[in-house]
This record gives sequence, structure tokens and C-alpha cells, in this order.
Amino acid sequence: MEEQEHKHPPYILIWIVLLVLTLAEVAMSLYMTNVSRVWLAVGLILMAVWKAVLVAMYYMHLKYEPARLWILAVSPLPLAVILVLAVISEF
Amino acid sequence: MSNAAVATMDRKPMPGMMVYNKKLGMWVFLLSEVMFFTSLIGTYVILRFAHPDHWTDPGVILNVPLTAGNTFLLICSSVTMVKAFASIQQGNQKGLQMWLLATVLIGATFVGVQAYEYIALSGHGFVPMLDGYAAEGGPLYGATFYAMTGFHGAHVTIGVFCLIFVYIRSLRGAYTAESLEGVEVIGLYWHFVDLVWILLFTIVYLI
Repeated sequence: MEEQEHKHPPYILIWIVLLVLTLAEVAMSLYMTNVSRVWLAVGLILMAVWKAVLVAMYYMHLKYEPARLWILAVSPLPLAVILVLAVISEF
Repeated sequence: MSNAAVATMDRKPMPGMMVYNKKLGMWVFLLSEVMFFTSLIGTYVILRFAHPDHWTDPGVILNVPLTAGNTFLLICSSVTMVKAFASIQQGNQKGLQMWLLATVLIGATFVGVQAYEYIALSGHGFVPMLDGYAAEGGPLYGATFYAMTGFHGAHVTIGVFCLIFVYIRSLRGAYTAESLEGVEVIGLYWHFVDLVWILLFTIVYLI
């Protein structure tokens, strides 16, 4: 009962952070027209990754799981990079 | 041995990954899903770099405010899902049922809004066909848009049906504080679907 050994994560706080980041993303995308699209895209992707990490860490409870599950969870990331690079090389 | 005793034994951390088998199985499945969505997103990025003229600026064709609202709904459904799990951890059956029902309703609303969006877009000629695209942009825009959001929508739809199954079981008292793996496993799937949408919304709608 590994979940019952830790306090509940701050679910509502994470929810508020996710909402604020989403609103900020939409505002940046629609109204920051004077910024380079490349830099805007980098900023938006970083914010999206931040949100995704929050969901994985707190809502999927990865933060409270054994380290071995962590390793399993990140294992497809290098494979994903290889997949994308392989497709690029064929293009 | 009672069902509760068997379920408790099932939830014991197993040697190796140190989590119970059903949770490990769901994680392995989700990792295969990571590769699936990576192939979609990777292909999208490559096509977009190769043919930038097929895409328009954000908000020109796609309805960003509508989908931002839908994103808000899906994020809310993740909160209701963790609330359902937290309730049953404390043995609160009513709380579990209420939050599960809320998750089902919000998930179904997300799918409904997506269906409405598809109807509206196709009405303006934005369809995944070579000769069917809006006045601006090109056919790759529609093809990649429907492929990515369609596969995600299918995942949400499957998740809603699984949640209905778990909800019906919860009405029959199938879950307790000692036997809650069914709630946790569907919760992992649901949060993953939310996580993928967070990335897709940014990549498809905002960039």
C-alpha cells in the first residue's frame, strides 16, 4: 500500500498551476504576434512539457513510486528520439 | 480466502519493479502508447518543417478558444479522477462514486465537444483529403490534424467506457480501501490521456 504511506499530493494546487499555464499558453499563442515564431514555439513546448511532467509526477503518482518504475517510465524517451531521428534521416 | 484478502495480496509490491502486477502491466502498456504518440507527433513535426506552406497561423482555421475550454475540461477530469482514488483510499464509497461519475461526464463532454468541432471544421471544407482544405493551408494540415486528434479522441472514448465499467462496479461495492487497484489502474490510463492532450493541444493548436 505504497500510496497510503505518503500524504496526498497537492491536487488542487497542481490543478491551478495547470490552468494558469494553459491560459498563459493560449494568450502567448494568440497575442504575442511580435515575437519570433520559433522562440514562441520553444516557449510553448517547454510550458507543455512542464504541465505534462506535473501530471505524471503528481496525478500519476510517479513522484511516490519506486526508482525502478521511474527508470521504466523514462525508458521510451531515448527510443522516441531514435524513432524521430530515423524518420528524419529517411526524409 | 475472501476476495478482499486476495486483492490485498495482489497489491503487495512484487519483487523486481516493486509494484503490484496490474499497475506494472498498465505502465508497460502506457509506455507502448508513448511510442505510438511519438510516431504521430514526430511525423507531424517533420511534415510541418518540410511543408510549412500547408499550415496557417494559430486560430485562423482551428477554434483555439473552444479547444482551450475543452482542454480545461480534460484537466478538470484528471482532478476528479484523483479525487475518486483519494476517496476510496479512505474507504469513502460515496465519494468514489460521485467523483467517478463526474469524470465520466466530463470525459463524455470532451468527446462531444470534439465531435462538434469536427462537424464545424468539415462544414468549412477542412477535411483530411487532398482536395478538401480550407481557403488557407494545405492538405497536410487537415490530414495530420484529424490523425492526431482522432487517435487521441478514440483513446478518450475508450477511457470513458472503461470508467463507466469501473463506476458500475463501484455502485456494487467492488472497491474498498484494501482493494482499489481497478480504480488506480484506470486512473493511470486517464491521466496519461490527459498528459498526451496537453502536448497535442500545444503542438497542433498553438504553434
